[in-house]
Amino acid sequence: MKAEEITALLAERFGEAVVERKLDGTNPWIAVAPGRILEICLFLRDDPRLAMDHLELLGGVDYKDRIEVVYIMYSMSQRHRITLKCRLPREDPRIASVESVWPVANWHEREAYDMFGIVYAGHSDLRRILCPDDWEGYPLRKDYKYPTRYRDMPV
Amino acid sequence: MEVDIGGDVMTLNMGPQHPSTHGVLRLELKTDGEVVHRAIPHIGYLHRCFEKHAENVDYPGVIPFTDRMDYVASMNNNLGYALAVEKLMGITVNNRVRCIRIMMAELNRIASHLLAAGTYGIDIGSYTPFLHCFRDREKILDLFEEVCGARLLYNYNWVGGLMYDIPPGFERKVIEFIDYFEPQVDSLNRLLSYNYIFIKRTANVGILPPERAIAYGVTGPNLRGSGVRFDVRKDEPYLGYEEFDFDVPVGLGEHGPVGSCFDRYIVRIKEVKESCKLVRQAVAKLTPGDFQETLPKRVKPPAGEVYMRTECPRGELGYYIISDGSLKPYRVKVKSPCFTAMSAFTELSRGAMISDVVAIVGSLDIVLGEIDR
Repeated sequence: MKAEEITALLAERFGEAVVERKLDGTNPWIAVAPGRILEICLFLRDDPRLAMDHLELLGGVDYKDRIEVVYIMYSMSQRHRITLKCRLPREDPRIASVESVWPVANWHEREAYDMFGIVYAGHSDLRRILCPDDWEGYPLRKDYKYPTRYRDMPV
Repeated sequence: MEVDIGGDVMTLNMGPQHPSTHGVLRLELKTDGEVVHRAIPHIGYLHRCFEKHAENVDYPGVIPFTDRMDYVASMNNNLGYALAVEKLMGITVNNRVRCIRIMMAELNRIASHLLAAGTYGIDIGSYTPFLHCFRDREKILDLFEEVCGARLLYNYNWVGGLMYDIPPGFERKVIEFIDYFEPQVDSLNRLLSYNYIFIKRTANVGILPPERAIAYGVTGPNLRGSGVRFDVRKDEPYLGYEEFDFDVPVGLGEHGPVGSCFDRYIVRIKEVKESCKLVRQAVAKLTPGDFQETLPKRVKPPAGEVYMRTECPRGELGYYIISDGSLKPYRVKVKSPCFTAMSAFTELSRGAMISDVVAIVGSLDIVLGEIDR
């Protein structure tokens, strides 16, 4: 199935929740309403026409005025993929966890939390994963200030 | 009369410095005697902020950083990144570059799988196969050294071309190596793979059913070990892999259930043979040409984004690159195959014995440099 058809299916089912689409680039994507991400993901996984059983990538992007969460998913049986994006406010980025849809999202979401400070509601174990537990700040944000010391050790 | 002894659960730290964790990985094991109730992996000891570095250097400057993620399969890491940027810029390389890239990627796959098999032997308690594997891996590293001067971190696949052309007579040396090496695989099988003790230690351990493997985003040999016939080179071909003739081996459950440690291991050994076939074909298809014909003077992709995945020895390595039209990438996100494989570890090791934890970690063939980035 092409990205256009997937988008059409989503638009038909969720209507207003499909906020924006850009399907002509090297990586076609659609932006969806963050509040409905969980039901959209469940639909994408469970609808037999879509069958997106494989979450390839989940990560954050800092655009200085907003933070985006990117989901790239793929269907092993249908051999098609789509990229979803959710735009979150930079001050308090919060979104529902999709761990219940794909277990692999557990670690990906922990990484996005660690690097961007995105809080995933309903996540079973939201801790830092790559940085130490007491690390301050979110390193992949564009305005991140590099620390000079960590626990009295020069960095 | 049955009495519940109610034994205490003991926390056992395996790592960060432990010979069987293949790098700096800490496993927090909640054990009751020899049985592991729960294993919690703690990663990040090798975190070097690859993605942050990538935002601060120009596009070609990222390539040496990709070397250092999966440092035993650097050619494949370079390749994925180069292909992603090329896709963004709309560059198609010529046949010579394509064939050399496939040759190098497959040789590196053989080297990487040899390392995986050899160290797995050590994990299980067999030392000799390791020496045999490293003897042959050295020969591949010698070939790489001849091409690009480096034995481990190559920086060889550039955006739009290669760092150097292959030296004269190199094709002959590659074929000589493959001629020598192919019988060695059978010898490794006799020595390790079908050894009775090895099978007993791996065949019924760490079962990963196919649907769980897909849900956990496990890819590459680990996924194929669970019986799922999926290979990016076949199913979403890049670099013209569709013109090559090779099979995709999957775990068959020859000993015990499908998806065991043994299946994941044996898939790698079978893949080595397929890689030998691919190297031969790449040499045969090699034509004269300019190895830097499509090399751009300035790597400045148009604004946009790209997701490119390639089949690395450890699974699908994906690069998600966002360009804002400047000389530096706005964001580089790496989907690491070892990261996702490791996230399935807690489920895989539930109820296993401590000694089997070693067998499971080894069978996943993780490289911590890529998990932590």
